[in-house]
Amino acid sequence: MTQPASLTIDQTDSALVFAFSGHLDAGGIAGVWERACRRIKKAGGPALAIDLSGITYFDTAGAAFIAHLERMARDRNWKKTDITGLDPDAFSLLERIRERHSEPGHGTVPSGGALRTFVENKGRFLGDFLYDAQTFIAFLGEIFWAFVSSLVHPGRIRWGETLRVAERAGANALPIVALISFIVGLVMAFQSAIPMKMFGAEIYVANLIGLAMVRELGPLMTAIVLAGRSASAFAAEIGTMKINEEIDALTVMGLEPVRFLILPRVLASTLMTPLLTVFAILVGILGGAVVVLSLGHPFVAYYNQVVGFVSWGDFVGGIIKCFVFGILIAATGCIRGYQTSQGPSAVGDAATRAVVSSIILIAVFDGIFSILYYALGV
Amino acid sequence: MNQTIIQVKNLYAGYHDQAIMEDLTFDIEKGEIFVILGGSGCGKSTVLKHMIGLLPPVSGRVLINGQDMVSATGKSRIRLLRQIGVAFQNSALFGSMTVLENITLPLKEFTFLPEDAVTTIARAKLGLVDLAGKGHLLPGELSGGMKKRAAIARAIALDPAIVFLDEPSAGLDPLTSAEIDLLIMDLAKTLGITFVIVTHELESIFTIADTVIMLEKDTRGIIARGNPNDLKADTSNAYAYQFFNRKPKRDKKP
Repeated sequence: MTQPASLTIDQTDSALVFAFSGHLDAGGIAGVWERACRRIKKAGGPALAIDLSGITYFDTAGAAFIAHLERMARDRNWKKTDITGLDPDAFSLLERIRERHSEPGHGTVPSGGALRTFVENKGRFLGDFLYDAQTFIAFLGEIFWAFVSSLVHPGRIRWGETLRVAERAGANALPIVALISFIVGLVMAFQSAIPMKMFGAEIYVANLIGLAMVRELGPLMTAIVLAGRSASAFAAEIGTMKINEEIDALTVMGLEPVRFLILPRVLASTLMTPLLTVFAILVGILGGAVVVLSLGHPFVAYYNQVVGFVSWGDFVGGIIKCFVFGILIAATGCIRGYQTSQGPSAVGDAATRAVVSSIILIAVFDGIFSILYYALGV
Repeated sequence: MNQTIIQVKNLYAGYHDQAIMEDLTFDIEKGEIFVILGGSGCGKSTVLKHMIGLLPPVSGRVLINGQDMVSATGKSRIRLLRQIGVAFQNSALFGSMTVLENITLPLKEFTFLPEDAVTTIARAKLGLVDLAGKGHLLPGELSGGMKKRAAIARAIALDPAIVFLDEPSAGLDPLTSAEIDLLIMDLAKTLGITFVIVTHELESIFTIADTVIMLEKDTRGIIARGNPNDLKADTSNAYAYQFFNRKPKRDKKP
């Protein structure tokens, strides 16, 4: 078992004297490292003397520790460091560590006080954010350009891949979209029915559910489900391809990755999001119907309330949002995948960033649409 | 008569404004097997990325058949890319496609051949790399050596004049590595392809290379060029001598 090293400190006029005994290995120096370093920081020098005659074991960890103490003294412009009591083998090990050690100051973090660190961190965060926004917008532009040029030459679109993505991102998402929408419709109807019943107005739950699902919750819930499901999948797929150099392979073949990989996903997502939203709206309204029926109203009354209250303008307004959400989800997923760096967590990070970014963008754009519709009187 | 197919002129290789290799100038002759060699992390693969147009260099030019790869854009860039094939270090086969689909992809994208012609040509390429009958497999079902072969088959799908290989022997056992060497020599001989290979596998270099340039991190440039067997005996550069003779720094220098 490792014997801990012990340290005796003596301050004389000519030097700060450290006398070590016991094992100077990784386990042994743990108890004396902080104390020795702290003392050097506090002491005024003028030299350091290290007595190692009492040590019973010395390895690379011990040598690194002694070299570190020497370096601390040197950094403080102390006159010299005397090391005594080392046998020749141990001394040659210390020499080796000194030779191979990185230069003074290497790897140390410049200290500039808490305020400076805070300002630096915020500045770096802002810089990263602006750079990220710039690359995101540039990438969106590239996707848009590829989209426009593909409209001019529809034969260049990979329709097979587009349909495959549409199936995975759209058709396969039906169960989860249905479940979420049904529960949202049901819970909202239930929660609103309780106070409305007090006024005998529980049939108006149908109006609330209809309008909320068509204008807001249908598009929003669908988009959020797709952000979690498809944006992360796109980011992971493209990120893995990036790490495996598959995107480089496409580029040197002369195939633009934006057209080849990203455009089919953006097209599929843009087309499937509105379809899924229509489905989500219907299922959400059905969820509300369950509550209203349980309160004793006939289905036809619920249906008439919804159809009579919700206009085509509300429906079209909701669906237009979905096209934009679809583009945002696919573009964000693909861009985050394309930005994947190297390392074991890179693909996971890309998927996380894709979900977070797309949900933020969905929320922001939903707000923009609300203001726009309000201004337009929709 | 020798004909220069690639000219690298005053290339400063690196990322953004940070050059890791400075002022590289060399020519590659048509039909030769040219090896870019150097220690780990010296920038070999970065130079390769500049040569294939994947990464813009800090400055300098890479001329392929007299046309600059660095400044080429749009259709002229596509035309240049059509003259080269690349097999990456980890093969970079498209994981969602079969081996055959990987090879047919460039044929479908850049030619107007009917489907059966594309398949026939792709099968022929698979035969050239000794992967006949393996076209239906996914890349994940292949061994390391088979992946390298499939990547080479994809690289030669459009019969390019130049094929770039990044570490073709990396991670392979000596026998498989030797088989890849034989394949490269065979393709160079039978198809007249110019190979530009980035590697530091000495066995392979002595077997296949006609010409070698050696890059070094400290001097940020080419420290040796020529035939590898000549360079092995050349003591004029200590690092190159150590490298070719597998003698690390602590051994006695010549």
